[in-house]
Amino acid sequence: MPAEKGALQIAGVTFGSRLLVGTGKFPSPQIMAQALEASGTELVTAALRRVDLKNPKDPTLSHLDLKKYRLLPNTSGARDALEAVRLARLARGVTGNNWIKLEVTPEPNYLLPDPVETLAAAKILVKEGFVVLPYMNADPILALHLAEAGCATVMPLAAPIGSARGVRARDQIQIIIEQATVPVVVDAGLGLPSHAAEAIEMGADAVLVNTAIAIADDPVQMAVAFKLGVEAGELARRAGAADTSATARASSPAAGYLRKGN
Amino acid sequence: MGFSEIIDTIDRPSISRAIAQTAPERIKALLAQERIQDLELPLLFSPAAADLFESIADKASSITAHRFGRVVNLYAPLYLSNHCVNNCLYCGFARRNKTRRVALSAREALAEAQILLDEGFRHLLLVTGEAPRAYALEQLEEVVRGLAGRFASIGIEVFPMNQPGYSRLAEAGVDNLTLYQETYDRETYARCHDGPKADFDARLAAIEAGGKVGFRTLGLGALLGLAPWREEVVMLVRHGRYLSKHFWRTKISFSFPRLRPAVGGFVPPFPVDDREFAQLIVGLRLAMPDAEIVLSTREPAALRDALIPFGVTRMSAGSKTNPGGYRDPEGAGRQFDVHDERSPQEVARAIEQAGREPVWKDFDRAFLQE
Repeated sequence: MPAEKGALQIAGVTFGSRLLVGTGKFPSPQIMAQALEASGTELVTAALRRVDLKNPKDPTLSHLDLKKYRLLPNTSGARDALEAVRLARLARGVTGNNWIKLEVTPEPNYLLPDPVETLAAAKILVKEGFVVLPYMNADPILALHLAEAGCATVMPLAAPIGSARGVRARDQIQIIIEQATVPVVVDAGLGLPSHAAEAIEMGADAVLVNTAIAIADDPVQMAVAFKLGVEAGELARRAGAADTSATARASSPAAGYLRKGN
Repeated sequence: MGFSEIIDTIDRPSISRAIAQTAPERIKALLAQERIQDLELPLLFSPAAADLFESIADKASSITAHRFGRVVNLYAPLYLSNHCVNNCLYCGFARRNKTRRVALSAREALAEAQILLDEGFRHLLLVTGEAPRAYALEQLEEVVRGLAGRFASIGIEVFPMNQPGYSRLAEAGVDNLTLYQETYDRETYARCHDGPKADFDARLAAIEAGGKVGFRTLGLGALLGLAPWREEVVMLVRHGRYLSKHFWRTKISFSFPRLRPAVGGFVPPFPVDDREFAQLIVGLRLAMPDAEIVLSTREPAALRDALIPFGVTRMSAGSKTNPGGYRDPEGAGRQFDVHDERSPQEVARAIEQAGREPVWKDFDRAFLQE
């Protein structure tokens, strides 16, 4: 049982919410800002290809209150390690922020992360002093490699991005959580608050949600729903749900007595 | 095997039969599917599907929101030269037309581009006719080098090239290539074109050369009005799917300009009305959920606004279709007359009113250069 987990900590920074939110796909920057506020998130990600870091009037950046949120720039759109590294350097050069959500997605339709290039980019960026949060397929061995390379988290996808299918990669993610030495953030494919709750119940340290909030009929209300979903998942985990434990637990004093080997 | 060989293996009469004979029940079943197979494409664009327009449009709208979000990207065309050695029946730049020919110098191109930058554009599409003597690859390359640092993305819709030519432009800073096949019907193609462009297969080979060079987006298009549109769109999707498979790192974008009055007075033999045009867009979204769908200022403002939720992901705005047109609208001959004459800011407001964010920047040069 992962019930002993305390607050979310990434690279020594403590976050009051286990919900990370993306800033793309919203119908307007104003609605994005309201949804972020309603979600209770403290860590938001923005695509470097979308924002103009040098422009203070950039629609996304000018609506982000960076006193409230830590900004996690992402390399979305990068097709290989070199492109991702270039974007990360650009972001750090302009903002001084060394956190980067590493995304390398060479295929433009399903946007699945490239394991080979992601690991290569992660190694370079860690060496250059970045705090690297890599988006990855739900591959437990890759998660171990990325953690070993010095990444601050691993971010396995629940299902293809924007698909709203929920935790389809459940078995693989379960193994990643079990073996993890860094926080596991379930990223992409969560379509409903119940999906987010499920990921947290499973023991994920956090979830990242974008599309499901951004394209809801009422993004602000959906942001609240995800906040509650994540909180419900965490409460359930702490409460120790009766029937989800992978290992046998004493259900009666007699069973407990027998298990002690008497 | 290139698409020019594939195309001759596609049984076009059977496509036409499927289009004509589709029953509405078949469309309903299609709507419940997650993927549309090649052989099912004619159903989507059949007259029977028009009766289920609302259901198809709902699905198209939902797919677009999931894949692209509630956003529309904005871009502007910049015409560099209207010299052309071709004689396409439908085009204002055709060599037979007595129109004022202009080829912008690199400095003039920069001045035009500055107007677009000031209007907020960061995605630019460079356009020329085909006239190697009046406007050569070297000139285009120089313009791209001059603009690369100022725009987030530069596309080209120019004369077809071979792989080394495209490589030079990619090196200079071009990230996407548009090259319409115009029509997928060989006979129609032969009837409409003369000059170097008359080689149907060479044109198909050129976009594949662009795929090999690794442009991030390959833009395809059929000119609506030249041949029956339902068959044309089926072929357009087949072409898109072919390129998407063979150049798997590349995104496909679709345009389907309806032919508009141009110098020369060409009258399109197969006009497409607004309802058919809308059916085409929503059907295309179901056929290729991840393809960009581009809507230019050839279409009237009211129709453009109405189509925003249903699949359109990229719109031009405030376009001038003649070289030098942003500084001097009447100076040189136009390729066609635009129909949506609103300013970029007015178009952006219309996008907002449709519940979408107008996005001016969705790429970064840092992908390509340190």
